[in-house]
Amino acid sequence: MSKKVLELFQKELQVVNIGLESFAENLQEEEVEVIQLDWEPPAGGDEELASILDSLMD
Amino acid sequence: MVSIKEANQEAVAIMQKSEPVLVDMGIAGEVLPGMTEKTILHAGPPVEWEDMCGPMRGAVIGALIYEGLADNEEEAVELAGSGEIDFAPCHHYQAVGPMAGVTSASMPVYVVENKEHGNQAFCTVNEGLGKVLRYGAYAEEVIEKLKWIEKTLAPAFKKALDLIESGINIKNMTSQALHMGDECHNRNKAGTALFIREITPYLLKAGVEPQVVSEIVEFMGENEHFYLNISMAACKATMDAAHGIEGSTIITAMARNGVEFGIRISGLGDQWFTGPAQVIDGLFFPGYSTEDANPDIGDSTISETAAIGGFAMAAAPAIVGFVGGTPEDAVKFTKSMYEISVAENETFTIPSMNFRGTATGIDVRKVVETGILPAINTGIAHKDPGVGQVGAGLVDPPKECFEDAIRAFAKEYKG
Repeated sequence: MSKKVLELFQKELQVVNIGLESFAENLQEEEVEVIQLDWEPPAGGDEELASILDSLMD
Repeated sequence: MVSIKEANQEAVAIMQKSEPVLVDMGIAGEVLPGMTEKTILHAGPPVEWEDMCGPMRGAVIGALIYEGLADNEEEAVELAGSGEIDFAPCHHYQAVGPMAGVTSASMPVYVVENKEHGNQAFCTVNEGLGKVLRYGAYAEEVIEKLKWIEKTLAPAFKKALDLIESGINIKNMTSQALHMGDECHNRNKAGTALFIREITPYLLKAGVEPQVVSEIVEFMGENEHFYLNISMAACKATMDAAHGIEGSTIITAMARNGVEFGIRISGLGDQWFTGPAQVIDGLFFPGYSTEDANPDIGDSTISETAAIGGFAMAAAPAIVGFVGGTPEDAVKFTKSMYEISVAENETFTIPSMNFRGTATGIDVRKVVETGILPAINTGIAHKDPGVGQVGAGLVDPPKECFEDAIRAFAKEYKG
């Protein structure tokens, strides 16, 4: 494990969880402060719609 | 291809600058372009007689009797199915109608003019609660009330409006109503009160008989949704002006016919994109349940399209219980609408949110991208003709209509 990673775990964690809320909940249960950011893949992960959206973004 | 961003900014700028003003009362057959004696308009996207839901069929029967084209239910049903009647969406005739939305040639309509853009929009007069045509009732008392609106109320309004040189600015009135606890779709108490306050002196000044003024004021006062039809016409005048902008993905109409929910997109001409109308999640009046509910119906979703109604839910804490939520839910709903819109309204603001402007200009791309559907407040109609309203609540539109719209948009503009 790199030194930086080890240093990270020796400090107080500051976590922003993006997407799946259960990850944040697990940390909260361990009394770790978490900011939850709602995020879902575009069009709920539908590849065809995501590709259309991509072509229509400006 | 044109820039979608710029096209949307143009469409939204038109919405922001629109000045819908009530200028006159007209007769549908005389003022709606293309309307004939055999035209029957209805709410939502196109639907033929055979496919109409109960309340809409009832309203069509009532309209045919009201017009003198049929003497009774049996004759009306025969005529409706004969192919002689042209059924068309109100939206195709610069009009909107709540619930069944049925509009026929002799019916009086509000004439709302968008002073900034010069276009007009129309809506019938709200008949009140109980047994009314918009919920599919067609008993004698229903036809009598429609005749009273035609022969008594509308001519009196016309006289009063003749005296108001600049008309009644509906955009300003709606803005005030939002500051008085209405969201102007499911709650119209303040809007109705403001309208009564505005029109009554002119009814008197116009020399309308005191007894008639008394009847009209009583009629308006008993119906807390009286303002809805006026507000809807104003929203339609606003959204029609924003329709037809090349390259714009802004939604310019959302409407339901009781079978399908449909949307139109500014840059996609007259095409409708539809999905099944949903059953409303809400509170029911005593004695009624989901079993009794007709799927979502009416053109009143022009309110949300024009940045009020569900998009201003936080302005109306008095009805959040009625629509099955809490004040916190109302703020949450209202805030989530910014995720799918491109601007904040410069006129419609919400006091409890530091006078933040309501989310304005729904971008169909954002709806598909985020999966957040427009929040719609609505009344619930009984599935059988003529029973009336059985509750109110929130409804999600079907997501496939938004998905189909972006597919069509990509095909149109990207080949």
